[in-house]
Amino acid sequence: MSAPVPALEIIALQKYFGGLPATQDVSLSVMQGERRLMIGPNGAGKTTLFNQITGDFLPTSGAIKLFGRDITQLSLHQRAHLGISRTYQIITLFGKNTLEHNIVLSLLGLSPSRWNALRPLSHYGHLRAEARAMLDRVGLGGLADRRVSEIAYGEKRRVEIAMALAQKPRLLLLDEPLAGLSSEERASVKTFIAAIPRETTLVMIEHDMDTALELADTVTLLNFGKIIVDGTRDEVIRDQRTRMVYLGE
Amino acid sequence: MSRIAAVLALLAMATIPLVAGEFYINLATQILIAAVFALSLNLLVGYGGLTSLGHASFLGFSAYACAWFSTRMGLGPTASVPIAILATTLMAAFFGLIALRATGLGFLMITLALSQVLWGLAYRWVGVTNGDNGMSGITRPEPFGISLASAGNYFWFTLVVSTIAFAMMTMFVSSAFGSSLQGTRDQPLRMAALGHNVWLVRWLTFVYAGFWAGVAGILYIYYHKYIHPTSLSISSSAEGLLSVIAGGAGTLSGPIAGAALLVLLKNYASAYVERWNMLLGFIFVLIVLVIPEGIVPGTRRLLGRLRRGDK
Repeated sequence: MSAPVPALEIIALQKYFGGLPATQDVSLSVMQGERRLMIGPNGAGKTTLFNQITGDFLPTSGAIKLFGRDITQLSLHQRAHLGISRTYQIITLFGKNTLEHNIVLSLLGLSPSRWNALRPLSHYGHLRAEARAMLDRVGLGGLADRRVSEIAYGEKRRVEIAMALAQKPRLLLLDEPLAGLSSEERASVKTFIAAIPRETTLVMIEHDMDTALELADTVTLLNFGKIIVDGTRDEVIRDQRTRMVYLGE
Repeated sequence: MSRIAAVLALLAMATIPLVAGEFYINLATQILIAAVFALSLNLLVGYGGLTSLGHASFLGFSAYACAWFSTRMGLGPTASVPIAILATTLMAAFFGLIALRATGLGFLMITLALSQVLWGLAYRWVGVTNGDNGMSGITRPEPFGISLASAGNYFWFTLVVSTIAFAMMTMFVSSAFGSSLQGTRDQPLRMAALGHNVWLVRWLTFVYAGFWAGVAGILYIYYHKYIHPTSLSISSSAEGLLSVIAGGAGTLSGPIAGAALLVLLKNYASAYVERWNMLLGFIFVLIVLVIPEGIVPGTRRLLGRLRRGDK
């Protein structure tokens, strides 16, 4: 038997914005089912790395593999069909639409029905039922008919995650899922992130160490677009270089 | 509810030729044709967030193609009409490839530039288009042996076609595909991340909008029995855009109201005021100030406010 294929493999990735390096020679692999936490100060290049994994940006050089398949040149929507889903640090939802419709758009993204122009969307009862079940899972079932623009910030964060989870991704990228939440909301979001099945590999950017470290198996510390430390949770926490980045010793 | 209202409105419209004189019947026909055109543009502007300033290309090209195939090639309407619509749709497919390299202002400029090319061709390629003299000598078809020569019969014919057009476009925007289209208007990057092919959704919509503008072109050519390069000009495209925005972009009935307003103004105001364009501009400014979302949603909002008794 050969070694298991990593869910995500990044090889010598470089990204320059003009002359500014945003990702410098990043190589890492995330095994299937792993929970990986990305940490680092603001501007360390965490979201830029996410954007290259999802296809928002193309890297200057290097390669990205998903379950062994090279996806470096694939477009955003093609990667979604290969099983990548993400949430955004800055909430990106359909404000005028209901919560249910937001999730339906997510389900449609991977369904061949999205091309059907001859049947009203209201006839797709199963999509709506699935969307509602998803909203129930994140505790928003009662708000399914409300517009996104009418709900609270913490609830929008949960809709973000529900939209990504609804696609049953193989690789889920969460960009600061706890940002701006109250401590109660953090606890509830943490609970359902912890409940995500291991079929989904999880990579998460988060600043709230107390909560996020409990969810993580492994941690990658980035600074100035470079990987500083990479390893199991305890290794990275104990590493002298982690203290250097965070405490500036 | 709204379905019953639509059927009643349709029945009321169907009686127009029985009660009104020829002038009014023709006016109603013109409104319907302008409405089909505005509705097709609304798919791009209102539902796709793609503001085009070249949509008259498709109406004009389809009208020219139909006129050319019937008068120069001697084809009957059973051949010239499908050929003209097919050619227009193919042209929309090609124009879409070029125009959708951009969105926003870039898209607007490319659609404008493409339509100006066609307009220039219609003016200068005299051998084909008869240039500034326009093309005439077109006779109305006789579907199933019914002559469409009279104003009333042609109105009914237009009413049937535009009802089908309205139903099809309504279906389009309320379908799963239509929801994706509106998603690409509101959050294109998010839609792509969800697996929607944003470019393809826009391109297919562009082609579909071109198809219906082509159908409007057929109604247009048989109504006027004459076509002139003006129909392809920027002012024709702008009138369509004005109808959509004034009536309410991204609503189903808004463009119909906008088209009606424009046709009525054109016909009435131009009889009394020499510079009717100025009056049109004035009314447009008024709409933007009082009901910026357009006549249909704006009136709905104002009525709602009255009903609730707010100030």
